[in-house]
Amino acid sequence: MTVYFLCLVLFCIGLYCIVRKRNLIKIIIGIAIMEYSVNLFFILIGYKIGGRAPIHSSDQTILNMVDPLPQALVLTAIVIGLAVTALIAAIAIRVYEKYGTFDITKIRKLKG
Amino acid sequence: MTRILLPLFVVIPLGAAFLNSLIGKRIKGFSDVLSAIATCALACISIYSVFIFKDTGLIVYKVGGWIPPMGIAMVMDGLTVFMLVTVNLVAFLISIYSISYMEKYTEKWIFYCLFLLMVAGMNGVIISGDLFNLYVFLEIAAIASYALVAFGTEHEELEAAFKYAVMGTVASSFILLGIAFLYSVTSTLNMADMSLEIAKGGSPRIIMLVSVFFLMGFGLKSALVPFHAWLPDAHPSAPAPISAMLSGVLIKSLGIYAIARVFFNVLGTSPQVLSALMILGVLSLIIGGCLALGQWDFKRLLAYSSISQIGYVMLGIGLGTPLGIMGGLFHLFNHSIFKSLLFLNSGAVEYATGTRDLQKMGGLREKMPVTSSTSLIGSMSIAGIPPFNGFWSKLIIIAACVQAHHFAYAVWAVLISLLTLAYFMKVQRYAFFGELKERLSHIKECPFFMKFSMISLAVLCLAGGLLLLPGVFDSFLGAASDAVLAGKDYANVVFVAIR
Repeated sequence: MTVYFLCLVLFCIGLYCIVRKRNLIKIIIGIAIMEYSVNLFFILIGYKIGGRAPIHSSDQTILNMVDPLPQALVLTAIVIGLAVTALIAAIAIRVYEKYGTFDITKIRKLKG
Repeated sequence: MTRILLPLFVVIPLGAAFLNSLIGKRIKGFSDVLSAIATCALACISIYSVFIFKDTGLIVYKVGGWIPPMGIAMVMDGLTVFMLVTVNLVAFLISIYSISYMEKYTEKWIFYCLFLLMVAGMNGVIISGDLFNLYVFLEIAAIASYALVAFGTEHEELEAAFKYAVMGTVASSFILLGIAFLYSVTSTLNMADMSLEIAKGGSPRIIMLVSVFFLMGFGLKSALVPFHAWLPDAHPSAPAPISAMLSGVLIKSLGIYAIARVFFNVLGTSPQVLSALMILGVLSLIIGGCLALGQWDFKRLLAYSSISQIGYVMLGIGLGTPLGIMGGLFHLFNHSIFKSLLFLNSGAVEYATGTRDLQKMGGLREKMPVTSSTSLIGSMSIAGIPPFNGFWSKLIIIAACVQAHHFAYAVWAVLISLLTLAYFMKVQRYAFFGELKERLSHIKECPFFMKFSMISLAVLCLAGGLLLLPGVFDSFLGAASDAVLAGKDYANVVFVAIR
C-alpha cells in the first residue's frame, strides 16, 4: 500500500511542478516526473512479490510470475513520453531564441 | 475479404508519410501529389465502407491473426464508419487546399508528413477496438498536432504550441492513468471484453474514479469549458489548413468520439456521468459563445466558436436519448464541415490580405467573390439558418432537450444560437461587406485549389440536410447513433463478429 501512496505523491509532485513553476524547463521536468509516476503505477499493477518473468521453456515450470502485459505497455508509454519530451524541449529552445527568456510570465503575446 | 479494408485506414496515411519523408524532400511537388492521392483514397474507402457496413454489419479485423481479446482488434461499427467519413472527407479537401496555401512556407514536405501522421492517428483512434491502442494513436495524432501548431516557428506559434503540448501531455497522463486503473480491475485491454468484465459489477468506485480521469483527459482533448484554455491559442496560431483540421476533426475524433465510445460502450453510462457531460456541454456552449463575440482576430473568433459548437455536440450526446445522440452526432458532422470551411476562408483572407484582424479588413466581397460567398454559406450554416445543415442539427438538439424535459438547456441552446448569428454577422459586416479599404485595393482572389476546397465544403453545407432523408439516414447517421445507443450491447456484437 505504501508504494502506491508514494506513487501518488510522485504524481502530485509532477502536477505541482507543471502548475506552479514559471520556468519552461522546470515544467518539462514536471511532465517527465508525472509520466514516470504513471508508468511506475502501471508496472506496480502487474507486479507480484517474488514473481519472475514468464519465459516459456520446456524444462521449467513457472509458479509465481509477474504480469508481463503492463511491462510491454509501459515500454510503449516510455517511448511516447520520450517523443513528447523531446518535442517540448525543442519548442522550449525555440521559445528561448525568440523571447530570450524561459520565464512564462514574460512569454505573453497571446491574450484574450 | 472486406476485413482487409480496416487496417488500410492506418496503413495508407502512415505509408504515405513515410514515403513523403524519403522522397518528398528531393522531388518538388511529389509530396503535394502523394498526400492528395492518399487522402483521396482514404475518403473513397471511407465512403465505400458505409455501403459495406450496410451489407455486413459490424466487422472485426484481428491484427496479426491473434484472436481477440488476447490479440489486438480493429472494430468497424456504425459510429466508426460515421467518424471515418467525417475525418477523411475533411482531410482530403484540406490536403487539396494546402497545395496552394502552404506555398508561403518552406519545407512543405515536413508539413505533409506531419499532416498525414495526424490523419493516421485520428483514423487509428477511431478504428481501434483496444483501449491501449486508442491511447497510442491518440498520442500519435496529438504529437503531430503539437508540431504542426509550432510550424510557423514565430513568437505566437511557439508559445501556443508549448501551452498546447503541456496541457495535452497532462491530459494524456490522466488517460493513461485511467487505463491503468481499468486494467487493474478488468485484466484486459480489449474494449468489448472490458465492457463485459465491468458489467459483472465488482468495483463501482474504481469505475467512478476512472470516469473522472477520462472525463478530464478526453475533455481536455475536446476543449470542453473548464479545460479549454489551450484551444483559442493553439488553433489560430497553426497554419489555416491545420486550424481547420484541428477545429474540424481533431477535437472531435480525439475528444468527443473517445468520450462517446468509452462512456457509452465500455464503462456504461450512469445518470451522474450523463449530467456531468450535459453540464460541461452547456458551460462550453455559453462561455465559448460569449467569448467569441468580443474577438477581433478572425481565427480566434472561430476558435472560440468551436468551443461553443462542441458544447452543442456534448449537450446532445449527454442527453442520452436517441434523438439527442442523433442530433449531437449530426451536429458533429455538420460542424466539421462548416468550421473547416470557415477556417479555410480565414486562411484565404489571410493569404490575400496578410492580416487576421477584422478591423483592418472590409469590402472584400468585391475582390474575393468566391471566398466571400462561401464564407456567407458557412456563417449561415453555423448560425442555424434554414435550409443549411446547421439548422437541422441544432433543431434536433433543441427538440431533444425539450423532449427530455431539460427546458433550461433548450433555452440556452436557442439563445446561444442567436449569439452565434450575431458574431458571424460581425464577421460578415467587417470582413466582407462595407467599404473597401484603400490598402486592400490591389488584392486578388485565391488560387484554384483553395477555391476548389472551399466550394466543395460549401456544397456539402448545403447538402448536409439531405442526410436526414429516409433512405440515407439509416445507413449513415442512424447507424452511428444506434452504435452509441447500443451501450453495453457493443461487447456482445463484437464477440459475435469475432467468431
